[in-house]
Amino acid sequence: MSDSHSHDHDDWPYPHPKQPDTEDSEFTDYMAMAAAVGNLLIEKNIISRDDLRGMIESIDSKSPADGAKAVARAWVDPEFKSRLLEDVVAAAGELGLDAGTIPIRAVENTPEVHNVIVCTLCSCYPRMLLGLPPDWYKSRAYRSRVVREPREVLREFGTEISNDVEVRVHDSTADLRYMVIPMRPERTEDLNEEELAALVNRDSMIGVTTAGK
Amino acid sequence: MARGFEMSAQFSIGERVHVRRAYPPGHVRTPHFIRGKTGVVANIAGEFANPEELAYGRDGLPKLALYHVNFRQTDLWPGYTGQPSDTTVVAIYENWLDADEGSEP
Amino acid sequence: MHRHHDMGGLEAGPVEQTDHVHEPWEKRTDAILRLLTGKNASVMTVDELRRGIEDLGPGIYDELSYYERWISSITNILIEKGVITIEELGKEMEEVQARWREVSK
Repeated sequence: MSDSHSHDHDDWPYPHPKQPDTEDSEFTDYMAMAAAVGNLLIEKNIISRDDLRGMIESIDSKSPADGAKAVARAWVDPEFKSRLLEDVVAAAGELGLDAGTIPIRAVENTPEVHNVIVCTLCSCYPRMLLGLPPDWYKSRAYRSRVVREPREVLREFGTEISNDVEVRVHDSTADLRYMVIPMRPERTEDLNEEELAALVNRDSMIGVTTAGK
Repeated sequence: MARGFEMSAQFSIGERVHVRRAYPPGHVRTPHFIRGKTGVVANIAGEFANPEELAYGRDGLPKLALYHVNFRQTDLWPGYTGQPSDTTVVAIYENWLDADEGSEP
Repeated sequence: MHRHHDMGGLEAGPVEQTDHVHEPWEKRTDAILRLLTGKNASVMTVDELRRGIEDLGPGIYDELSYYERWISSITNILIEKGVITIEELGKEMEEVQARWREVSK
């Protein structure tokens, strides 16, 4: 096994030797495991080198901008919004977005209800539509506190929800993810879809902020 | 999301359900903060293979109905500091739910 | 029994609103998991990943970073299933570490 396999150095999970200033001058056991497991899986033809490269590119290609497109369309087209509320993956597909196979449920913020998403048990998140979740979403503090004191946590993000609005926390415990459709900000009647999408950031689709901030 | 396919779900939307008070080890997707609590079925999310079996390499069949159950925050947390209307919604597999035998209608 | 990962409702400090740029090895880990749980490979499930992470235990769970937990779980699961052997993993890890030392000179 040892001498005959060639390694494409682009696949190595450690920094290129010409970049001396990367954070890790250390190659941890976990980095070694990531490298080794990948190599063994490729050698055994369980995955291919191209699959691995392609999947990393796919991970890099996903961002909250995809979710923002769907939100902006929902704001301008009530029938699209109904379809988004019914099935996010199918509706996103109409916009040319591949939101994967795991079902995603959209929950809509209204003057009566403000929604916020968490996964208290791990880190479930609509990655195929919004990209990778931020570190804080996966943190002990967020996972512990947002179900119990959501208004206090939202306040830490600069969001104050008034007393006559229900705060509804969704705990993602099953193979079903969530995204929030934030409320359309006021005085945006003259904006086109692209401009509206620019008002929708990741945090507003998690529910810790509102759109337009 | 629950329309248009055939499945047998024990509970209906609007029904009060009780989460079993049990605390086993193993891979359980029912968070401890709702165990022993009562909520209202808001939605039937579909049928899913049992994660408690999938986690150990088994097929998790037959599928279980999955419910979105609304809990009042004031029922979950003593001294809850938010508003009485606040809720937490949890997706719960049917095998953790019983009909609510409590006195509230 | 209250399992360590099941933390909804526990007390904690302020949410540190940090994020970090994912390192290449972290993306590689994520990509490996997605491929192994995808339709083309179906070697393991996300449920097994989660179970493997939960079974790392309380101390390690908090000491390791997010993707360190992932790669630990994935590796253990693959060994359990006989997809890779401990022996070949050990040899491959030595080899990648030796290459690192070469490249870092």
